[in-house]
Amino acid sequence: MKKKTIRVDHLARVEGEGALTVTIKDGQVVDAQLRIFEPPRFFEAFLRGRSFTEAADITSRICGICPVAYQMSAVHAMEDACGVKVDGSLRALRRLIYCGEWIESHVLHIYMLHAPDFLGYAGAIEMAKDHAGIVQRGLQIKKAGNAIISLMGGRSIHPINVRLGGFFKTPTKRELASLTDRLLWARDAAVETVRWAATLPFPDYERDYEFVALRHPDEYPFNEGRLVSNKGLDLSVREYDEHFEEEQVPHSNALHSKIRGRGGYFVGPMARYNLNFDRLSPLAQEAARAAGLGPACRNPFKGILIRGVEVVYAFDEALRIIAAYEAPEHPAVPVLPRPAVGYAATEAPRGTLYHRYRIDEQGTILDAKIVPPTSQNQKVMEDDLRRVVEKEIDLPQEKLTWRCEQTIRNYDPCISCSTHFLRLEIRRG
Amino acid sequence: MAVWKFASCDGCQLTLLNCEDELLPIAGEVEIVYFREATRADGKGPYDLSLVDGSITTPRDAAAIQEIRKRSKYLVSIGACATAGGIQALRNFRDVKEFVSMVYATPAYINTLEKSTPIAAHVPVDYELRGCPINKNQLIEVIRAYLQGRKPVIPSHSVCIDCKRKGNICVMVAHGTPCLGPVTHTGCGVLCPSYNRGCYGCFGPMETPNTGSLSEGWRRLGTNEADLLRVFRNFNADAEAFRKESLRHEEKDHPG
Repeated sequence: MKKKTIRVDHLARVEGEGALTVTIKDGQVVDAQLRIFEPPRFFEAFLRGRSFTEAADITSRICGICPVAYQMSAVHAMEDACGVKVDGSLRALRRLIYCGEWIESHVLHIYMLHAPDFLGYAGAIEMAKDHAGIVQRGLQIKKAGNAIISLMGGRSIHPINVRLGGFFKTPTKRELASLTDRLLWARDAAVETVRWAATLPFPDYERDYEFVALRHPDEYPFNEGRLVSNKGLDLSVREYDEHFEEEQVPHSNALHSKIRGRGGYFVGPMARYNLNFDRLSPLAQEAARAAGLGPACRNPFKGILIRGVEVVYAFDEALRIIAAYEAPEHPAVPVLPRPAVGYAATEAPRGTLYHRYRIDEQGTILDAKIVPPTSQNQKVMEDDLRRVVEKEIDLPQEKLTWRCEQTIRNYDPCISCSTHFLRLEIRRG
Repeated sequence: MAVWKFASCDGCQLTLLNCEDELLPIAGEVEIVYFREATRADGKGPYDLSLVDGSITTPRDAAAIQEIRKRSKYLVSIGACATAGGIQALRNFRDVKEFVSMVYATPAYINTLEKSTPIAAHVPVDYELRGCPINKNQLIEVIRAYLQGRKPVIPSHSVCIDCKRKGNICVMVAHGTPCLGPVTHTGCGVLCPSYNRGCYGCFGPMETPNTGSLSEGWRRLGTNEADLLRVFRNFNADAEAFRKESLRHEEKDHPG
């Protein structure tokens, strides 16, 4: 019996600490594990007893790359608990800050975390020695995304301006307009990015996934919508816990999510794209078609292309919001606490981010549940690993190892996000 | 140069990748041989400069930081997690027994330490850069300083002073908004008061802060003990000055 193991003790170019092990016996993959050893940080435990106004700032510290996603899910969940709906310009500004985060996070992934895999470099700094212009373009597009977050939120990592009911301070029309020229340049550069990414060598690999994402009646989803899947799921966010469950596996510090009775599912850009292609702007759809993408795509290695398409959309949407903007009369609407449970899911760059809070009449948090995208994708990531290795088992060990890493980097996993939890319930046999 | 990460949100090391204009010039001056978020390269050292993001929360990490110190000429801890234990240091205020029972309820966590501690609690640190997250310009100054073999020039006065310099109207005096600016280490660029919000102390305590006096000011604005406790027990909860102040409010909140 011939046994072979592929091990990556420290995954590079992902956010957080993880490792891979794939075990092969007699030419068959017998086990594929994504091991997450990022230390748990217990956010759900210490949110208890904090004020409902603090959740946005505290949960943003789960992730430095997608703090806006945490802020958006937290404020929407609290507003849901308190029966408040934020509309008009304030709602548009929330979409705008989310555009900024999609841009910086996706472009970081495209140029610095993922492209080096396709071109055979250890990282973007090494890649810049041969492709300085390309890396520079990526950095400048990313900078335009960060400029949106910084203007809206004060800084791009852990912005300070998001609050329940809206913002502490809203920008003037002129301040927002000052971004326009830069965003127009960056939108063109994003279209160019998709064209360039389409020339990368994609492994031939497709799978019949269950994609899950938000879907909104007329927008590409950021903060609102129903949870839908390509296999018949269609529910309100309040029904999330009835349909999704998390289980502990021995090899990971992050819980694995499943659809009850069905198994793993795929969230993130590829899921959003497959479920919401018709909601993309014409320019983004055109960029997708020019790159050879149809309304459906099941090759996870093409996630780099789809991220590019979403970046085009985010610039388009940001420019639309800025052009239509009228400063609101008040930077926030009042949100008064009441004893209730609030639910929200928003679309973080890496996928659906679910928050649920129970608060009392003073707004003190009694309990919190947070399900980040990377927990939800873990099962699918491991299934991909298994199948990619089966398909490419004849590659030399070093190339196969790299291909396994690339398979995980397709997902842009955010490992710090996935290990923040505390499990309080004890399961007895 | 090497960049390391322990328990954190990755935001402080991401700050380096957010140096869109400076990253490639830095990489031209400094050879980045270990930076897992950015590269597969796996340089074994020794390193001239190690930047360390995150706090120590597991026995494995407590051992790893010793090894990193041995292989580094200069070691700089970056951000609230690495300099004060970070938001995850909120566990440090729990009843230890309660905490241990939680740990044993889920045996997978037995390896989690009871406390989240800063890097300096484990090894000698050459410089501590504050902030949750750190400031990009300050990070560049730190790298530049160690390249040139000098100490970084980074102010340690309060946010309040920079707020005055910026010409902001004081949110506490003019609007009655509680603000931690008078006791908080500067460096964020006085963001919160510039956005009509009170400072929430993400850079931790300044040098010799008078937290008791500030608490008195907040009380006059109607803040109760429970809220004061939460204010000091946040992203830098285990920084000494904030820890002591929060403990004072804990006693008042639960007398006896």
